[in-house]
Amino acid sequence: MAAGTHYLPGLTPTNEASVQKSDDAAGYYVLGDKLVDPKAPTGPIAERWTTRKFENRLVNPANRRKLDVIIVGTGLAGGAAAATLGEAGYNVKTFCYQDSPRRAHSIAAQGGINASKNYKSDGDSDYRLFYDTVKGGDYRSRESNVYRLAEVSTNIIDQCVAQGVPFARDYGGLLDNRSFGGVQVSRTFYARGQTGQQLLLGAYQAMERQVAAGTVEEFTRHEMLDVIIVDDRARGIVARNMVTGEIETHLADAVVLATGGYGNVFYLSTNAMGSNVMAAWRAHRKGAYMANPCYTQIHPTCIPVTGAHQSKLTLMSESLRNDGRIWVPKNAEDCTKDPRDIPEEDRDYFLERIYPAFGNLVPRDIASRAAKYMCDEGRGVGPEVEETQPDGSVKKFRRGVYLDLGAAIERLGKDKIEEKYDNLLDMYERITGENPYEVPMRIYPAVHYVMGGLWVDYELQTSITGLFCTGEANFSDHGANRLGASALMQGLADGYFVLPNTITDYLADGPFDKVDESHPAVVEALDGVKSRVEKLMSINGERSVESIHKELGQIMWEYCGMDRNAEGLKTAIGLIRELKKEFWTNVKVLGSADSLNQDLEKANRVADFIELGELMCIDALNRRESCGGHFRSESQTEEGEALRHDDEFAYVAAWEFGGEDGAPILHKEDLIYTAIEMKQRSYK
Amino acid sequence: MKLTLKIWRQANASDKGALKTYELDGVSQDMSFLEMLDLLNEQLLHNDEEPVAFDSDCREGICGMCSLMINGEAHGPEVTTTCQLHMRSFKDGDTITIEPWRAASFPIVKDLIVDRSAFDRIIQNGGYISANTGSAPEANSVPAPRDKAMRAFNTATCIGCGACVAACPNGSASLFLGAKITHLGELPQGQPERYSRVQSMLAQHDHEGFGGCTNIGECASACPKEIPLDVISQLNKDLRNSMILG
Ligand SMILES: Cc1cc2nc3c(=O)[nH]c(=O)nc-3n(C[C@H](O)[C@H](O)[C@H](O)COP(=O)(O)OP(=O)(O)OC[C@H]3O[C@@H](n4cnc5c(N)ncnc54)[C@H](O)[C@@H]3O)c2cc1C
Ligand code: SF4
Ligand code: FES
Repeated sequence: MAAGTHYLPGLTPTNEASVQKSDDAAGYYVLGDKLVDPKAPTGPIAERWTTRKFENRLVNPANRRKLDVIIVGTGLAGGAAAATLGEAGYNVKTFCYQDSPRRAHSIAAQGGINASKNYKSDGDSDYRLFYDTVKGGDYRSRESNVYRLAEVSTNIIDQCVAQGVPFARDYGGLLDNRSFGGVQVSRTFYARGQTGQQLLLGAYQAMERQVAAGTVEEFTRHEMLDVIIVDDRARGIVARNMVTGEIETHLADAVVLATGGYGNVFYLSTNAMGSNVMAAWRAHRKGAYMANPCYTQIHPTCIPVTGAHQSKLTLMSESLRNDGRIWVPKNAEDCTKDPRDIPEEDRDYFLERIYPAFGNLVPRDIASRAAKYMCDEGRGVGPEVEETQPDGSVKKFRRGVYLDLGAAIERLGKDKIEEKYDNLLDMYERITGENPYEVPMRIYPAVHYVMGGLWVDYELQTSITGLFCTGEANFSDHGANRLGASALMQGLADGYFVLPNTITDYLADGPFDKVDESHPAVVEALDGVKSRVEKLMSINGERSVESIHKELGQIMWEYCGMDRNAEGLKTAIGLIRELKKEFWTNVKVLGSADSLNQDLEKANRVADFIELGELMCIDALNRRESCGGHFRSESQTEEGEALRHDDEFAYVAAWEFGGEDGAPILHKEDLIYTAIEMKQRSYK
Repeated sequence: MKLTLKIWRQANASDKGALKTYELDGVSQDMSFLEMLDLLNEQLLHNDEEPVAFDSDCREGICGMCSLMINGEAHGPEVTTTCQLHMRSFKDGDTITIEPWRAASFPIVKDLIVDRSAFDRIIQNGGYISANTGSAPEANSVPAPRDKAMRAFNTATCIGCGACVAACPNGSASLFLGAKITHLGELPQGQPERYSRVQSMLAQHDHEGFGGCTNIGECASACPKEIPLDVISQLNKDLRNSMILG
């Protein structure tokens, strides 16, 4: 227990510092010191953020334009922060790899954003949103952070509406809400199926306004390849101009990474083609801890893979589970039949069968795993795809289950369903060529979100002084599992309200000593990047970057996906180490480094995904418990449900880079709950 | 399927560029158009030819990063983005010509990639509502009539892809501009800056070299998000009002 911790009257901590008994990952890592001070304030949970905001030092408006802040990534988390810091008068430089900040992958979020406005008077409150988020995250998040998130959620909605975000409204012209992700209150604000797009455009426009005002300078088609550290402080970045190929350095008083999630380590995911881990990973290699990297969210309702050509997967909003019934044929022989010819008694509505209380609405991880098991059993539907087995042999599986809107169409009418899901169902038809109003849809789980990311303290500062991290890129407030509509909330909370408050306390000590391009630390970082690029261009082997990325994805999906175990994870680590060698000796990148070169961009990204993949497997191997999105088959109840081990694992695993060939160093941050009681999930 | 592809290759902005012909076998109906190009690129790489550069990111029709003139049509034959176009819209033996957006205000960067930063500069010049973080009133304190909010939403779905410009014989960005004017102008929060907005955005539009609108309507038929032509009438109306009232 951290010294000086205060508890709410009547509440005692529900766990003490963990004592880990199992050590599956022995030999793969080194145990480091505990992380004892995440700088979270103490006192009553509802007052912590107010207290901290008051305690934080401010920067005199006249001094702000003397302070330079670099923000890498202009999705919700970065764009909102850039706009806000620009408005406050700081000198901001932003970077993104797309041709415009408006295209960050936040744009793809469909469902909505949570806020505890309690507009429906259904008993919502900051505490309830906090409670649901901690519970949904399976008690693996830091409570002070989560409460703060809930607390600022309502300001986000006010801010977005003021900017002109066209949220759905009721007939009286007031904001509408829906219930989302299996919670009992209606707290999700939405803009049809395009909430992320509308929120991002709001942040983007606010940021472009600051570009015009001269406080924000934006660099598009620029990719960060390293962080510059001078005298133990982050003081800038090395970035590649993706059009000219020039490798540039940019210097500042503080650096913020808002570079999104790394789900593409699995090759196939619902992320964008360019989503990557490079910025975070480069920082990790320079001393920033990576926290809980194995926590991955696998979303149950995505369009299945159709063949080896597949480049990405597309999400079908979870809301379909409200009206669709999920099933597979009872008999494997029926799997190739037209589903409409399979009579009712030969269908297995497996979620309704196994989880009668929640049925098709069980949480994402449970629904995903159940679908996988059905297909593993040979009762999947759709096209057959080849999969390489651990022994190297190839087996064919059908990876899909039906999501059947038939009963809902009969009950509510086709028009109602069309009104609710039109753009979604159109997209489904466009991709699959099948009409979902006539033939049951096919869905399968896909990697969707990562709860893991750079470790940050309560101030959103990483373990490198002056390097901050926001949005999906940090290890975040979602613990081991994120609730629907909470990532948009977190991105905007970080960007508009949290970071702009915490970074000022850091900047109050600035401007720091001037650093110029000739400083040895700057030159070293620049040279490092240059020689890496040269190396990638000169290997001139046989294999495309794409093929190596695909192979990595297969390893990760097979062994570090929905169902993990010690043996498989060890196999994966071995395979990944081989693949790393293969990459650095046999990759092929054509063209030149001094011009636009998309294969070079990919090569840089995949090189880091390979290293991240190994760490994810080590983290998963160490965590011999099942929690949230992380399921270890060694840790389940008699009924086959996830089993947490709070006595051993109620901690954040923060990994320090252990050197090129060294083992990573594990620092544990104990999770101590004072405002909520830990319980085991049950959805039966 | 087997296809003949005629693809615009251009090394950089100053290179002249030309169409180059490729034969591609093994294309499946289930591939997206961009996955078909991925397949081509994989083969080019093996033959030691530099892959074709083209933009894409989300590949689900929402980020607006993908582009391409496909047989002379922006985003190809269907009402959708190139990334959502699937090969079942083509048949075995087809010849497909693939070119970048052609517009003076969108200079070519390489192969099929163009520079659309002019769109960002139009937004910088008024394409927003000024509301500093923290200054916002309670969200429900200003109701917005539902039909107006719906129209605001429908026009706010523009993905900034630039197909409207590429399709327009004048290279006008009026549809893009009108969509933003309508989105912000339909909301109560957008009223204070309504008339200054239309003037400064339009001034930037013209400054970037986008052409004027002569009501041809190619833009709306090319738009993957079906932004209706009436946003241009709205643009003109707001412009007139701004001259009278502003
Ligand atoms: C299909 C889909 C649907 C979703 N639906 C929902 C939903 O309904 N509700 C919800 O709450 N959440 C949803 N999520 C999750 C949520 O959208 C994301 O977690 C969130 O938007 C991430 O925001 P971000 O700002 O952290 O990152 P992003 O928006 O991904 O932005 C990352 C930024 O970093 C930049 N970048 C990355 N690497 C580099 C580099 N090396 N150099 C320079 N720039 C770099 C990119 O250019 C980009 O600007 C969904 C996610 C997906 C994929
Ligand atoms: S109006 Fe349509 S075609 Fe033009 S940029 Fe917007 S979405 Fe693209
Ligand atoms: S790649 Fe995003 S819209 Fe096509």
